[in-house]
Amino acid sequence: MNAPETIPPQPRPSSALGSASSSPDRAWPAAGLARIPYWAYTDPAVYAREQERIFCGRSWNYVCLAAEVPNPGDYKRTFIGDKPVVVTREADGSLHCFENRCAHRGVQFCQKHLGNTKEFICPYHQWTYNLKGDLIGVPFMRGVKQQGGMPADFKRENHGLRTLLVAERNGVVFASFAEGMEPLADYIGPALLPLYDRVFDGRELEVLGYQRQLIPANWKLMFENIKDPYHATLLHVFLVSFGLFRADQPSAVRMDATGRHGALISWRANAPAAAEAEVKDIRSMTQLKLIDPTLLQPEREYPEFTVVMTTLWPNIIVQQQSNTLAMRHLITRGPEAFELAWTYFGYKGEPAELRAKRLRQANLMGPSGFVSMDDSEVMKFSQDSIRAYPQYEGVMEMGGRDWKDEPHMVTEGVIRGFYDYYRKTMDL
Amino acid sequence: MDYQTLSPRDLRAEVELLYADYAETLNDEAFEAWPAFFTERAFYQITSRENHERGLPIGLMRCESRGMIEDRVVAIRQTAVYGPRSIRRLVSGLRLHGWSENAPGEPPTLKATASYLAVETLPDELTRVFNAGKYIDQLQVEAGTLRFASRLCVYDTLLIPNTLVYPL
Repeated sequence: MNAPETIPPQPRPSSALGSASSSPDRAWPAAGLARIPYWAYTDPAVYAREQERIFCGRSWNYVCLAAEVPNPGDYKRTFIGDKPVVVTREADGSLHCFENRCAHRGVQFCQKHLGNTKEFICPYHQWTYNLKGDLIGVPFMRGVKQQGGMPADFKRENHGLRTLLVAERNGVVFASFAEGMEPLADYIGPALLPLYDRVFDGRELEVLGYQRQLIPANWKLMFENIKDPYHATLLHVFLVSFGLFRADQPSAVRMDATGRHGALISWRANAPAAAEAEVKDIRSMTQLKLIDPTLLQPEREYPEFTVVMTTLWPNIIVQQQSNTLAMRHLITRGPEAFELAWTYFGYKGEPAELRAKRLRQANLMGPSGFVSMDDSEVMKFSQDSIRAYPQYEGVMEMGGRDWKDEPHMVTEGVIRGFYDYYRKTMDL
Repeated sequence: MDYQTLSPRDLRAEVELLYADYAETLNDEAFEAWPAFFTERAFYQITSRENHERGLPIGLMRCESRGMIEDRVVAIRQTAVYGPRSIRRLVSGLRLHGWSENAPGEPPTLKATASYLAVETLPDELTRVFNAGKYIDQLQVEAGTLRFASRLCVYDTLLIPNTLVYPL
């Protein structure tokens, strides 16, 4: 068979992220936000549209902590939804983010989670990019001995890596595939920004370690879990048995104007200022007793609240549970699985005693956490039957059928707020 | 028994027996017997290789005393909510790295390492590789018997398949 003389024009995608694959033929239940259809957790077409409109849409996605890339040349390999990206720090200190996809043949050129480099060289044909993602080298571009090479009109500047917008606020780095995003502070909004700034108050952060788990469930179940205070005293026997949380404890839920971000807030009644008094308070409610009580001796670090769990659309949970601080980053792996990447941190130069408390209290969190373990297991239990019965709907009526801030935790309103924004974004 | 005067062959046999007992205890889910493998001030941690090699202190389970190890058992038995499972740990490649003296009043420490492989069986799924890694251990004689003064389980498996409920 002879090769054609000329190559017919190739169809070009209308945008870098355009895709015709994501047209779910679905109708949301008539009951609105009081119901969540099970197909939202399983349908590949819904998942494809989520990638396009949510993670690659008008959103600021968490990518890393600035403390992970402190020096020029430092990079972090990470994901937005299921899209591999790289975050770099340039010689001038600026942060950059681009697709981890060689512009030549699609090779994922960066393979290490963290590192330091002067440039990225794709191993396949050694196309070379600088820390901003510009293409700076193409081997044999002008051919070898006057033979071969790229066409005369081939220009390196037309073949750089696809770059993303980057924003940083007090040590946390976000990126967006969209153009012309509003400033990060406006995106988080005035209701939640003070909660963000109480943990990220400008002090330098220090990474204390990572945990990664692959949860066999749809990513939205994770957000629902952290937006659901109703389950906290029911599922988490550990919290109740050791007197860490009770349903009558002072608490609140707060959302931004769109419903996409939310926060679960609680604090200890008559919260004593001194750590010692706080511990006594815990013990008085205790049914089970720890053999080594040092595990649960929190120290009051922030004013007002002892626990604030913040969910920021679309891919990050900020955990401040007593003295454990962590970013829980959702990385989607198809409709029925997601990676939950935990980055624990503290503040640079903090007292050793406080650092030790963070490490001990981390026993409550992560894939082996006395509390978080329950959540991961229950998400699997959910997905296992949702998969089998796609025709049904989840009931979401605790605390009403709409969503608003509440001075209590007996509500699923934060989940309804999330789905209100989700439905608009997804046109579902 | 004076473990320090044992021949290398006899000492190795003792440590192999300890590792076999430890794995069998956990494989049989006899968790109440697990804390007795540790000294009173023992340190036990499961952590990823990426944390370990970077010197990052966070792990999956962190016990800073035998008391915390006992508390972990209470949580597994009484408070944690999880589905049924079996975890089987296979240990091989034991290597002893010799005794080292400690501060006065502190017994000497025997360093040992071994590879482990843990497979998991869930009710509706085939048995799968769950976690693979290396034990990095410090052994001490306490109450006349060899115990773990420190056991680090450093895993290669970056991604934990959902949860790690039972210890390694």
